[in-house]
Amino acid sequence: MSQEPNIKVILADQLRDEVRAMRKQGQRLVQMSATRLPDEVELTYSFDLNDHLTNFRLVLPGEDTVLPSISEIYGCAILYENEIHDLFDVRVDGLTVDFKGNLYNTAVKFPFGSTKAPCANPEPAAATNP
Amino acid sequence: MSRTVIPFGPQHPVLPEPIHLDLVVEDEKVIEARPSIGFVHRGLEKLVEKKDYVEFVYVAERICGICSFIHGQTYCQAIESIMDVQVPPRALYLRTVWGELSRIHSHLLWLGLMADAMGFESLFMHSWRVREKILNIVEATTGGRVIFSSCKIGGVRRDIEAEAITGILKELNAIEQDMRDVCKVFLDDSSAKARLCGVGVLSKKDAYDLGCVGPMLRASGVSQDMRRLGYAAFMDIPVEPVTRSEGDCYARCAVRCEELMQSVRIIRTALTQIPAGEIAVKVTGNPNGETIARTEQPRGEVVYHIKANATKNLQRFRVRTPTFANLPAMLSILPGCELADVPIIVLTIDPCISCTER
Repeated sequence: MSQEPNIKVILADQLRDEVRAMRKQGQRLVQMSATRLPDEVELTYSFDLNDHLTNFRLVLPGEDTVLPSISEIYGCAILYENEIHDLFDVRVDGLTVDFKGNLYNTAVKFPFGSTKAPCANPEPAAATNP
Repeated sequence: MSRTVIPFGPQHPVLPEPIHLDLVVEDEKVIEARPSIGFVHRGLEKLVEKKDYVEFVYVAERICGICSFIHGQTYCQAIESIMDVQVPPRALYLRTVWGELSRIHSHLLWLGLMADAMGFESLFMHSWRVREKILNIVEATTGGRVIFSSCKIGGVRRDIEAEAITGILKELNAIEQDMRDVCKVFLDDSSAKARLCGVGVLSKKDAYDLGCVGPMLRASGVSQDMRRLGYAAFMDIPVEPVTRSEGDCYARCAVRCEELMQSVRIIRTALTQIPAGEIAVKVTGNPNGETIARTEQPRGEVVYHIKANATKNLQRFRVRTPTFANLPAMLSILPGCELADVPIIVLTIDPCISCTER
């Protein structure tokens, strides 16, 4: 059955403690999901205990995003975190197994990366002969 | 002893889809398995920016070529949850019937592949012969064999007439007997047992800690099945998870064999109790909200995270497939096994790589 997500918003520096508490309770890591918003990246962590879902929400800046890894706490998080790096251009700090951007072979680098236009080159390119 | 690295895949006779493992071996014993995936990433989650939420049912169904119906169903359930759509009871029962037919044909496909991997060719052919009968029912009731396209937001597109229900129930009796015969060989034959028993053992604790789902988790003794959440007709038809305690390849095979019979019982109950009435309601407007939907696919729990902002295109569509959740456990049970057992162990997670990479 589809469920209205019960989401608790947390800060990045609370993440590992909150996840450790989940692990201590015997919660299963169900999924990690990222959403690209205009100026932010939104992370959703879902945990399950006895078919009951608990979700955490973490909102990070959209540029130069760094996410604390939870792979030391939940080993299976390595795939989620490598995926989030490869698709969303989020640097994951403390990954236990880092595929270094090679988990997925995408036609476009960071397909869900920042949508902001890159800075204009301050020095115009030298004119070339036709 | 010197170590050798043997590449396994991405193209390998036991792999229907590409995954690569670098197997570090000492003599014939696997010491470490290093995975590479990403060969068939299709960017389906990104496609949500191009296809509107109604069209996207067709994309969701194409995430997987085997459990396509349940992908479509989960997507529809998620959107219906956001839009607060009340699906007619008859449609919920029809979804259950097609979902369980999908489970049977997926498990029979897996049994065939497993027989083939063991070199038991006649058993492979028998498994797929029975699967063909299931596909015939699917084709007769939906028009498709693998991609059904019968699920839509608000209900289903096709009904099953009373006369057809009688025919399906009769056919199910014969199919059930055929499946019992096939399963008997898998579970009792000495050569099959020699390849499966005690191979690739995953403890109950490791299965849970590594985030396993589906038959992989239940074969290690954890009683978990998303059908217990009561989606579709499972509110009226309770499901007791099939579990084993051994946690080896044989247990994973035995769980799938028993789930075949369980699915037949569910279909029989659903078709007998199916209520009369409409099969769909009209859905208007655009979804606005967020949901996390979970269902039980043949390979285990699938999770859909959907976020919508009242436009025709969803803001986020994210799928966590069962194989994605089972990969860490597969990598944990390979070290220590014999090289010759690697194909069997990899197959017992029932890997679906297209699903995983989307």
